[in-house]
Order: sequence, then C-alpha cells, then structure tokens
Amino acid sequence: MDFKLKALTKSLWVFHAACSPCNNCDIEILDLLTPRHDVERFGIVLVGSIRHADVLLVTGVPNYKTKERLKKLYSQTPQPCLVVAVGNCACGRIMFRESYNSPCNVDEIVPVSLYIPGCPPKPEAIIDGVVKLISKLKTKC
Amino acid sequence: MSHKVIIPIGPYHPLQEEPEFFRLYVEGERVVDIDIVIGYNHRGIEELSEHKHFDQVAFLVERICGICSTSHPFAYVNAMEDLAKIEVPERALYIRTIIAEMERIHSHLLWLGLAGHFIGYNTVWMWAWRYREPILDCFEMICGNRNHYAMMKIGGVRRDIEEQHISFLKKTLDEIAKAVDMFKGAIMDDPVIKARLKGIGVLTKKQAIEWSVVGPTARASGVNIDVRRDDPYGAYDRVSWNVIVEKDGDIFAKTKVRILELYESISIIRQCLDKLPKGEIEAVVKEIPSGEGIGRVEAPRGECFHYVRSDGTNRPIRHKVRAPSYMNVASNKVSAVGGTISDAAITLAAVDPCYCCTERVAVIDKSTDKKIMNGWQLIELSQKKTEIIKKIFSKNK
Repeated sequence: MDFKLKALTKSLWVFHAACSPCNNCDIEILDLLTPRHDVERFGIVLVGSIRHADVLLVTGVPNYKTKERLKKLYSQTPQPCLVVAVGNCACGRIMFRESYNSPCNVDEIVPVSLYIPGCPPKPEAIIDGVVKLISKLKTKC
Repeated sequence: MSHKVIIPIGPYHPLQEEPEFFRLYVEGERVVDIDIVIGYNHRGIEELSEHKHFDQVAFLVERICGICSTSHPFAYVNAMEDLAKIEVPERALYIRTIIAEMERIHSHLLWLGLAGHFIGYNTVWMWAWRYREPILDCFEMICGNRNHYAMMKIGGVRRDIEEQHISFLKKTLDEIAKAVDMFKGAIMDDPVIKARLKGIGVLTKKQAIEWSVVGPTARASGVNIDVRRDDPYGAYDRVSWNVIVEKDGDIFAKTKVRILELYESISIIRQCLDKLPKGEIEAVVKEIPSGEGIGRVEAPRGECFHYVRSDGTNRPIRHKVRAPSYMNVASNKVSAVGGTISDAAITLAAVDPCYCCTERVAVIDKSTDKKIMNGWQLIELSQKKTEIIKKIFSKNK
C-alpha cells in the first residue's frame, strides 16, 4: 500500500467528473492546463478514462441522475484513488441544499480526500490544494 | 439489412463543460440518427428561485451557467425592472453593457479554443485560452472574481468601474484586438481548417427557422436576429455596431461569425468606456409590486429569456428561464445527421452548447445496440481526420 501511495506523489493523472456543476469550476480546471498555469509541468494530466486515473475530480452538486454515475465511476477507479472535491457545490452544496433534485453531498457518495472551496476556486487555489495533498501523502508513506 | 451502430458520447466527457448525452446511430461511417438526452445538470433552479427573495435570486441565476454568468442575472434584472417599472441610471446601463460584452469576448475565445481542440489543433486551444486570461484579469480587477461577477442588481449594478480601471481595460482590449487579428489570419486562411470545416454540419436557413435556433448558430445560417438590436436593453441603442450574419450555415460560418463578433464586442466596449456618463450606479428599489415581467438578453450563445411573476410579497411566485442552448442543441438532430462520425464531434460542439447542462454522447450500433465508442475516442477520430487532410495538403504542395 505504501509503495502505491508513494507512486501517487509523483505524477497525478486526473479524471474530471462534472456532477451537474455550473461549468465554472470545470473551466478553471481546464484553465490549469493552458499556458498561464500549465500544470502539466508537474506531471498532472487530464485523462479520458477513469481506468487510467489516480485522481477523481468532482465538481458540482450531484443530482439523482449523476449520483449513480459517480458511484459507478468510483467503483471503476483503480485503487488507491484520491477524490478531490472542487468548488463550494462539491464541498457542501451551498444554495442547492434545498433543491428537490439534490439528494446528498459528494462526500456521502464517495470518500473525499481534499476539499477546495471557492466559487469557483482560483487556479492558484487548486494548485495549492494539490500541493498540500501531495505533501500529506508523503508523510503517510 | 442495414448495419447500424450506436456511439455514445458523454456524460463524462473529458473536455466539454456541461453534461449532456448524445447517442449517435451510425451505418458504416454515416450518422443516420441522433438521440439527445439531457437532465444531468438539473438542479431545480426555477423552484429554488421561488424560495429566495428577489435580491438573492440574482445570485442564484448567476449559477445556472458559469460561462454566461452575466447573461442570466442580466435577463433577470431586466425582467424585474420591466415588472416594477424601474428607471435605471445611465451609468449602470453602460457598466452592464461593458460587463456583458467582456463576457462575450471570453466566451467566444473559450469556444474557439475548444473547437480547435476538437479538430486536432491544440495550438489554437492554448492560444485562445492564453489570450482569454487578460479578460479574466479585468474581471478580477473590477468585480474581485474571475468568474461569477455578481455585478447585476435590481435597479443598477453592485460595483462601479473606477477611473484607474479604464486605462487597464483599454490596454487589455488593444492586446486582445491584436490576438483576434492573428486568429482571423491563422484560422480563416488555413487551407486545412477550411477543408475540415467548410460544408460540414450545414444548417440551412429554412432548418434554422424550423428548429428555432438562436444566437451565432442562427446568424451563421443567414437568420438576421439579435436581441441587442431587435429589442435593445442596456446601452446597446446608444452605441454603433453591426450584427454579423453569414449565409452558409456550416461550421466555418459559425466560426467566422464568432470571430467577427469579437471585433464588434471590442468596439462596443471601447465606445461605452469613452461615453461612460458620471452619476449614480443604482436606483433605490423599495418595493416590488405584483405583476409579471419579461427580460431578454443576447447571451454569447443566443437569446436568454427570463419571466418573473410576483404577487406583491418579497419572492417570485413563478420564475421561468429559457437558456439558448436548449434551442441550439436540438438542431444537432439535423446538422449532424448525414455527416460522418469524424465530423460529429465538431458539429455537436459548433452550436457552443453549455455542456454543464449537456455533457453526454454515445455512438451505438443500431443492429446490436452496442456502444462502440465514447466521446474521447470520437475526438481522437476527429483529430485523425485533420491529420490526414494535412498530409494530403502537404503532398499537393
């Protein structure tokens, strides 16, 4: 297990699951890949399939339709896998808490390792969060 | 018996921002039918809005979409001002127009980048998003946030554009104008992009009217509509600008409309900054009477419509929202059918759907109903086609 965790601290491959967000966190995540921030420098790549991913990035408030999809996605992820909740919606549903189509928080569906609040969080904040996550992983292994 | 294959695209699509699910039915390489499944982004905004008071709703509707995060509140405040007959100060109208046009620039550049990625021009993606950053910096300077500007308020705007911001804004616009010149040259004159986009995903004028498409999608098909001109709001009737209309209806025309609209947006912002009158930025609103009001705004993707009914309390009793992508996404049913699968990714993306609301596509074998491809593979296929065309062009030279 320790060896696998150590491997995770090197280069994170990220799969992005949008659970009915408003797009903004998603755009900021894509923004990270473009020239100003360019997280590919650190080995962070967005991948097209969950089976290649080390990190499951969740944005938005899960609704009844996406809740099942998220569960399925998590069960297909190779373990160990880190789940990162980006944005206020994924961290705690904010103003959508009372919505009839919002059954639960993200962390009630999958175990979340990192919360990045903000509406949307700035790209710098997302990078900072990932750095903290990696340094925490390093202390574990 | 014909051999039909179903290709699913979505819902967890690696690039587009909104979740929607397309099911493409293909025979060989031809797309013969398409199913569009939406609802992955349903958050019950209209119902939530009935539980919030009028001032809070502006923040709620802002979160319908992150890219059009000014269009929705703008349409909402227009509806409220129509309902309560509020006179908005001149300066507020100009500021609203500036913010709305800045949003159009960032949204069109964003689309341009994604379209570039879909046809395998990742350079276009990186460029477009690089030149989009200064606009986000301007937003951050004016409103304190890169997205979700929270500028709209019933009766005016929440923040002023200060004197020291104007020079920075003008400098940024000059930079962006140069970048748009470069894009225009690089995209319009590139033979490969032309071969890839001309005559693909055609939506004729008749079809555009039948499917009630709006915004750049309609204007690229020769339908001359633009809410900014037809039913002026904000300060659009106080500045001079043109509605860009193209005839062809293919993806190249859609790209052209969006690129040329960038120039118009830059010119509108410059005129507004020059004419910006002094004075109050908001009117005092004490009470919302009972009644109903409508607000229309030309969002980057087309007409955004809000209807609000009030019974004299502090909450709306009905709030109806119609976003432009709702009309545009359905038109894929005619524009993508008949084309090849490798063109499907760019055709579906060409209407600039708000994928946060619409993120899913699949290709399915019609005889077996098996899924054979996901969205990612579809983009790869599209990129491969561009590579092949590139090779053909370099051989001919």
